[in-house]
Amino acid sequence: MTTVLSSRRRRLRREDVIKALFVVPAAIYILLFFGYPVVKNILMGFQDYTTKTFFTGEAPWVGLQNYVTAVTSGLFWPAMANTLLFTIGSLIGQFVIGMGLAVFFRRQFPLSGFLRAMLLLPWLLPLIVSSATWRAILDKDSGILNQALGAIGLDAVPWLTSPDVALIAVILVNIWVGIPFNVTLLYGGLQDIPEELYEAASLDGATGWKAFWHITLPNLRPVMSVVLVLGVVYTLKVLDVILGLTGGGPANATQTIAIRAYQTSFVDFEFGVGAAFSNILILLSLVFALIYLRSNRKAVDE
Amino acid sequence: MTTALITVDQSAARRQRARSTRSRLSTVVGIALLAIMLFPVYWMVNTSLQPSGNTLNAGLIPWNPSFAGYEQALADQGGNLLTSLIVSIGSVVVCLVIAAPAAYALAQFRYRWISVALLVILIAQMIPGIVIANALYAAYNDLGLLNSVVGLILADASHSIPFAILVLRAFMMGLHPSILEAARVDGAGPVRAFWSIALPIAKNALITAGLFAFLFAWSDFLFALTLTTTEDLRPVTLGIYSYLGTQVSNWSAVMATAVLSSLPAIVLLLVAQRYIAAGAMGGAVK
Repeated sequence: MTTVLSSRRRRLRREDVIKALFVVPAAIYILLFFGYPVVKNILMGFQDYTTKTFFTGEAPWVGLQNYVTAVTSGLFWPAMANTLLFTIGSLIGQFVIGMGLAVFFRRQFPLSGFLRAMLLLPWLLPLIVSSATWRAILDKDSGILNQALGAIGLDAVPWLTSPDVALIAVILVNIWVGIPFNVTLLYGGLQDIPEELYEAASLDGATGWKAFWHITLPNLRPVMSVVLVLGVVYTLKVLDVILGLTGGGPANATQTIAIRAYQTSFVDFEFGVGAAFSNILILLSLVFALIYLRSNRKAVDE
Repeated sequence: MTTALITVDQSAARRQRARSTRSRLSTVVGIALLAIMLFPVYWMVNTSLQPSGNTLNAGLIPWNPSFAGYEQALADQGGNLLTSLIVSIGSVVVCLVIAAPAAYALAQFRYRWISVALLVILIAQMIPGIVIANALYAAYNDLGLLNSVVGLILADASHSIPFAILVLRAFMMGLHPSILEAARVDGAGPVRAFWSIALPIAKNALITAGLFAFLFAWSDFLFALTLTTTEDLRPVTLGIYSYLGTQVSNWSAVMATAVLSSLPAIVLLLVAQRYIAAGAMGGAVK
């Protein structure tokens, strides 16, 4: 009796071990490639961590010195302002155009599925490819955009070389990159709104804008908040687009916190201060991540 | 009676005709919208077919295509394209080997901490890449993994592992318990049930996750930029970036490289559309 019981218990324990092995590789990976970097960045933020550290192994603790250096650096507040403008501008553009396209593609028509799928292309291209392409399009002297403007009698705009318009140009490109993501999620949300709601509303005379305002928007709210919050989190960390187009210039006009974090660490090799910038970026993302998780939970509950 | 029937018939036909005119008009508008959205992609191809030079004076249509840009691109970036290919395939393997069993466990085993695990995965997806690069640079430097294929493969897998776990789990939640229960009755352990029942059924989800793992690694720029320091090992994204420099001297070569780097996305979107569409929807909100 006891032997039967203990052998069954042993078998159960063996199965538990095997079951645990399913998740162990993923757990180790996430610890090493997500957990460790976050912890390491927090620590580095309090250390004098430079190229010298790699030779001597010494990274003295400096308290909040890196954060003081980061925040009091001349580029901090301009970068912060650019980050906000870049994020808000990108989001509004992506969302409005994405919503328009999603509503348009809700009508089923010949080729609609194929065209909608092709619309994903800007999202799937390597960002550095998009940056290079837009750099050719936006080139001041021979880019196609300025040639087109010239053809209708407008002056050439120094899109990427003038500090006054560079941020706008970078935002426009990032809008283009983000549209497919917005269309996909919003279209998915639209599909979940029952057709009967629109039929009932049309009997009451609500069609077109009225139907959009009173049926589409309220029913799409959970999806919209998910799209917007994910959009913020993804836009805050954008590097490729800006590095490829302007490298943070001209005259630092397109510096953001993410660019500061990269350049401080990997151009100036001030890893401690760079980590401080990164941690400020994490903090910004975290605030929006929490909003996302709350709205996501609400969306699931509903 | 007959006249009434005919009128009903006629008006129905007229409505049908109106509807089909409208939907044909929608198709035209849809094509126009897509053409505007994809104009930059066309322009990339067009510019790549111009004769070499540092100006961009391209006509709207490349009537006399020159392949000099491609020759230059392959000469300069051929090795980098190969590096990208190796790293991307390696990342797909690492991603699926790690993500598939985890997704199965999170979908089928009853652990109390599953919601915590999902929360961690969601948050992991949001961590800015520069944070990871910052820490990995120091760690890779100590471990000798800078400028190594293995180092890039492991780092690039971070772009796709959280995503793949979420997509695969969503699919494996749909596996009917009775199928797995039947396997259990037949004496199959969890490994057999996973390997010979769950995985074959989840084939499509695996393809979706694998394709995205490939595209994410192929597109990676940040780890290429930070975790390689020499020209010996250089993914093509970094090759394009170094082409861009401050002054572009040969636009057709840059755009030819851009076209070559876009091929995986374009080809997969054309031949594996349903898998891509499934992943685009599944990854973002779950």
